[in-house]
Amino acid sequence: MAPEQARAGSTGGRSGPPRVVGLLRRYGIVLAFLVLMAVLSVLSPAFLAVSNLFNVAQQVSINAIMAAGMTFVILTAGIDLSVGSVLALSGAVMAGLLSTGKPVLLGILLGLGVGALLGLINGIVITRGKVQPFIATLAMLTIARGLTLVYTDGRPITGLPDAFVWLGAGDVGRVPVPVIIMALVFGASYVILTQTPLGRYIYAIGGNEEAARLSGVSVQFVKTLVYATAGLLSAVSAIVITGRLNSAQPTAGAGYELDAIAAVVLGGTTLAGGEGSVLGTLLGAFIIGVLNNGLNLLNVSSFYQQVVKGVVILLAVLLDRRLR
Amino acid sequence: MTDAPLLAMTGISKTFPGVRALHDVSLEVRAGEVHALVGENGAGKSTLIRILGGIHQRDAGEIRLRGRAVEIPSPRRARTLGISIIHQELNLVPALSVAENIFLGREPHRGALIDWRTMYARAEALLAELGLPIDPRRRVSTLSVAEQQLVEIAKALSEEADILVMDEPTAALTVEETERLFRFIHDLRARGVAITYITHRLEEIFRIADRVTVLRDGQYIGTFPIAEITLDDLIRLMVGRQITEKYPKETVPQGSPVLEVRGLTVRGLFADVSFTVPRGEILGIAGLVGSGKTELAYAIFGALPLDGGQILIDGRPVEIHSPAAAIAHGIGLVTEDRKRLGLILGMSVRANITLPIIGRLCRGALIRHGDEAEVVRQAITSLDMAVASPEQLVRQLSGGTQQKVVVAKWLQTHARLLLLSEPTRGIDVGAKVEMYRLMVDLTRQGVGIVMVSSEMPEILGMSDRILVMHEGRITAEFGREEATQEAIMASAAGRVRSGT
Repeated sequence: MAPEQARAGSTGGRSGPPRVVGLLRRYGIVLAFLVLMAVLSVLSPAFLAVSNLFNVAQQVSINAIMAAGMTFVILTAGIDLSVGSVLALSGAVMAGLLSTGKPVLLGILLGLGVGALLGLINGIVITRGKVQPFIATLAMLTIARGLTLVYTDGRPITGLPDAFVWLGAGDVGRVPVPVIIMALVFGASYVILTQTPLGRYIYAIGGNEEAARLSGVSVQFVKTLVYATAGLLSAVSAIVITGRLNSAQPTAGAGYELDAIAAVVLGGTTLAGGEGSVLGTLLGAFIIGVLNNGLNLLNVSSFYQQVVKGVVILLAVLLDRRLR
Repeated sequence: MTDAPLLAMTGISKTFPGVRALHDVSLEVRAGEVHALVGENGAGKSTLIRILGGIHQRDAGEIRLRGRAVEIPSPRRARTLGISIIHQELNLVPALSVAENIFLGREPHRGALIDWRTMYARAEALLAELGLPIDPRRRVSTLSVAEQQLVEIAKALSEEADILVMDEPTAALTVEETERLFRFIHDLRARGVAITYITHRLEEIFRIADRVTVLRDGQYIGTFPIAEITLDDLIRLMVGRQITEKYPKETVPQGSPVLEVRGLTVRGLFADVSFTVPRGEILGIAGLVGSGKTELAYAIFGALPLDGGQILIDGRPVEIHSPAAAIAHGIGLVTEDRKRLGLILGMSVRANITLPIIGRLCRGALIRHGDEAEVVRQAITSLDMAVASPEQLVRQLSGGTQQKVVVAKWLQTHARLLLLSEPTRGIDVGAKVEMYRLMVDLTRQGVGIVMVSSEMPEILGMSDRILVMHEGRITAEFGREEATQEAIMASAAGRVRSGT
């Protein structure tokens, strides 16, 4: 039975990768992360200080939370370019409500609602309107940014209550609150993707949407839900960034969609959908964050930092291609 | 026909990591010969052809063309040596014209610009010479699969290929298109082309092949003149055992109607289709491509919206607007294209089998992985699936095993009605018989089966009752005893049923 199978594998498709390559492929991203940490800790002794590590984790959290939502979307073979603008609008709505003295919980819930609603609209336009995700979310990117500018009149909104600021800048013991939020988001995402039917459907849709539909998966519902989730998690990021800056900036989150996509892809999720994991995304986000932090510690000019970041992303993806 | 082989592959061996795919295999094809290459899935046919096409490199053995030893390190080299392989998945660019496809990458040009006039003139001349009534200006996407295949062949011949390999060329063709292809192959043979023909439809071999080479488990079994071998011999050689019954049909007592459809209509596809399927019956639906038979199955399954008509399950009218609803009513659909529509190739055997029922294998919101593993283990055992582990990716399985995964999926839903669309397309003899056995087992358990098929022998061999469709309408109905191939074909072609 077994040899018959193996033969079918080698004649019908490519043969399985040898052991070492398989391991590398599986844990290559972990290895890359550890190497990066090692190099930085040698170059800059300050890097491994506990306070710096928590600092890195806090910086990473904003992109990581958004990237978790992006992972869901990309696993279904979609893309969401609007996350940065959605972050800005939901942050502005929260800040707007809170600065006029509304209760903190209400402000947060409405802000999250705005994020989820914008994501839901993305999902409906994509599934019912049959618009390509790239186009639909590109339009949303512009619309949400424009609405943010209208709502804020192009000015930062300040004067937020302490309880809200705590969510972005506070600590529990030595652990920053955003790191805790990030951990909760990734824990929940991991459980959803690996332990629930919904997760199975998400992978199935990305693997073969038509086959998933013919197996009884409600493709439109799941996809809509996935975009709504991405919007919701953008709003969660908005809580962190708005609290941390103690203000909502009209230009907040501009360009963040690219960092989120980079984290997902670095984490081994393919843009073709159906393959990848949210833990990979977490590592991907950390690689980007650690790189930023390390280059700062090393006093590399921010102009060069962009070049280095781009090169690292390219190398990682090329390496991944090679190992497949 | 000369006796010196144009192509001689001798003692070919090939090992992939952990598997010996070919061991000491030979294939000799003469000019002006149609040479069939047969074997079950996994027998090594594809590997052998890939070595010939420069995709794989042999570990041992020799390839001689016109008596001279050659190396074929790349597909490009294969082409320049006059070897052309027409794969099942055609390699044409749908958005380009016929002529553009034929001359792709070697367009006639004047300076930097394509010389369109010359290109069309040469394409026209080529198609005329081959007797193909195809306009070289037409976009390939507007051609039928059969026409596309002929364009591929024309392209190969324009590159002066004299060794042509055709991999399952008739798999997607209608009876008439197949006939046309056969006439064409006859002409090619007369022109001295050496043709290697791979097929699972063994009946075809006796119509068009001169000799046949049989492979089994990567071993060379033998080469035989077609006149000296029977179909039963051939199957025995391929499978390595006697297959006594190709169609192990048993008629089982029929129960109450599980499915009734009344006046089903999807505009432009089919109209006013009515029939009933009792529990325990296999209802065969025959018809040419475009007759609407495939779409009928999809419409019953909720994958195509109905414009009219009514569906009754167990005598009760039901609304089926989605596959999910169909599944909830106990309907399953085995699609004709398992790779594109039936399976998620990048997922495991386990995840594919449980996809429709995973929502039922939960405690609260979470999947009970132990229960899932148990369901999958039972499915693998009861269908005797050749898988290394439940975690194996479906992509790596043979066609027959993939088909079992699709069926296993529907067995888990406890479907009472199974719609099978081309249930044995592209799977080998042994796997076909297993599929038929499974169908009989299911009918014994009271499942009703609707089998849509273009394979006439299968329709005749397995159906209790046969409906024939032509241009979206049912044109004839036959009982198991009265059906003949001629009568069915006549009805499928739209001719009025005569006799019977």
